[in-house]
Amino acid sequence: MSLGSITERAPRTGPSTAKWVGGTIVALLLWGLVYSQLVPFSQWVVSLAPIDPKSHLGEALSFFVYDTPKVLMLLTLVVFGMGVVRSFFSPEKTRALLAGKREGAGNVLAAGLGVLTPFCSCSAVPMFIGFVSAGVPLGVTFSFLISAPMVNEVALGLLFGLVGWKVALTYLGFGLFVAITAGWVIGRLHLENWLEEWVRNIRASAAELPPEDVTAVDRIKTGIEAVREIVGKVWPWIIAGIAIGALIHGYVPSDLLASIMGQGAWWSVPAAVLIGIPMYSNAAGIIPVVQALLAKGAALGTVLAFMMSVIALSVPEMIILRKVLSLKLIAVFVGVVGTGILGVGLLFNLLFN
Amino acid sequence: MKDVKVLGPGCKRCVATAEMVQAEADRLGVPVTIEKVTDYAAIAGYGIASTPGVVVDGKVVHAGGLPKPEHLATWLGA
Repeated sequence: MSLGSITERAPRTGPSTAKWVGGTIVALLLWGLVYSQLVPFSQWVVSLAPIDPKSHLGEALSFFVYDTPKVLMLLTLVVFGMGVVRSFFSPEKTRALLAGKREGAGNVLAAGLGVLTPFCSCSAVPMFIGFVSAGVPLGVTFSFLISAPMVNEVALGLLFGLVGWKVALTYLGFGLFVAITAGWVIGRLHLENWLEEWVRNIRASAAELPPEDVTAVDRIKTGIEAVREIVGKVWPWIIAGIAIGALIHGYVPSDLLASIMGQGAWWSVPAAVLIGIPMYSNAAGIIPVVQALLAKGAALGTVLAFMMSVIALSVPEMIILRKVLSLKLIAVFVGVVGTGILGVGLLFNLLFN
Repeated sequence: MKDVKVLGPGCKRCVATAEMVQAEADRLGVPVTIEKVTDYAAIAGYGIASTPGVVVDGKVVHAGGLPKPEHLATWLGA
């Protein structure tokens, strides 16, 4: 899409571009160097404390000292990378791509674009109206709106770094699956009449925006801006999450946790979803807890279901969406997405026994 | 007199965008009227999908995120 227009233009490599790109490469190399030294560094810090490293407190402390810089560094890298990738996508381009798409293929495309298109939560309503009024089918619009928070780049990056690529890919795959099927189901139900009336009446054509002129430097700046904004906002959540994770690591007996959240306890998945829906946190605070739970023998499906319901079904988002959706439609939305998450959790525990 | 509308439900970026336009207009000495459009139906009527949006003399010039400083002068210039 916008990639084409960029390669067509003669690259503008002035001294400023070289400086920015060079600086970025140096920063990435430095990142790698510091990251590779985190294990010895944390061992050294913990050895300074007058605590038996084998004690509960010692284990909690070493988890905290190692994970805090690790998680913050990984998050910075992932958010920067996503910021750069997302500078290639915009809601307007996404809408143009999805307008008039049929259901089915449209749901798949919408779910994929939901991961890549940047928008802030205060844009959710204008975007919803913009999509529907431009002729994007309701179910396809929902696939987009579900996958955007469900497959969260912060969650994806942190899972990749902390728990491993298999879990990260599973999360990505199941998140997309839930967004595609939930959107498809909502589309099949033909609930257009449940939109607020004024939304149904808007038939807007897409605005003719002036062509973008986005340089490599702009993209790097977008990435840095994303880091400033997201990491600047979520770091207290992360530290709180790691502290909770550290306590779980040091103090919660594995047997107890495995019996509550392990594969044997089938009811733990619905319980995790029900507890997760009213909870409002962000991925950054949840993942360190997820890592600690998994290490203590919790089942992956249960933990993923909990994480997804916390991230994807939040009360503030529903309050925002209430402006355009009737309560009935919001209930359907929560029901369909919740069922999808539940199914994914149960299936996953069954498959990976 | 330039007629500028800032489209957005009233989040931080929308306020910042209006301030940027005002500051640039003051710097250039261009008289402007800045109107904040917060009504969702009106915003959608302009055909943008992400906010903040900027409309200059009835024409949509920007959507999504803070505008670039160098663009402000172009919008207010001609």
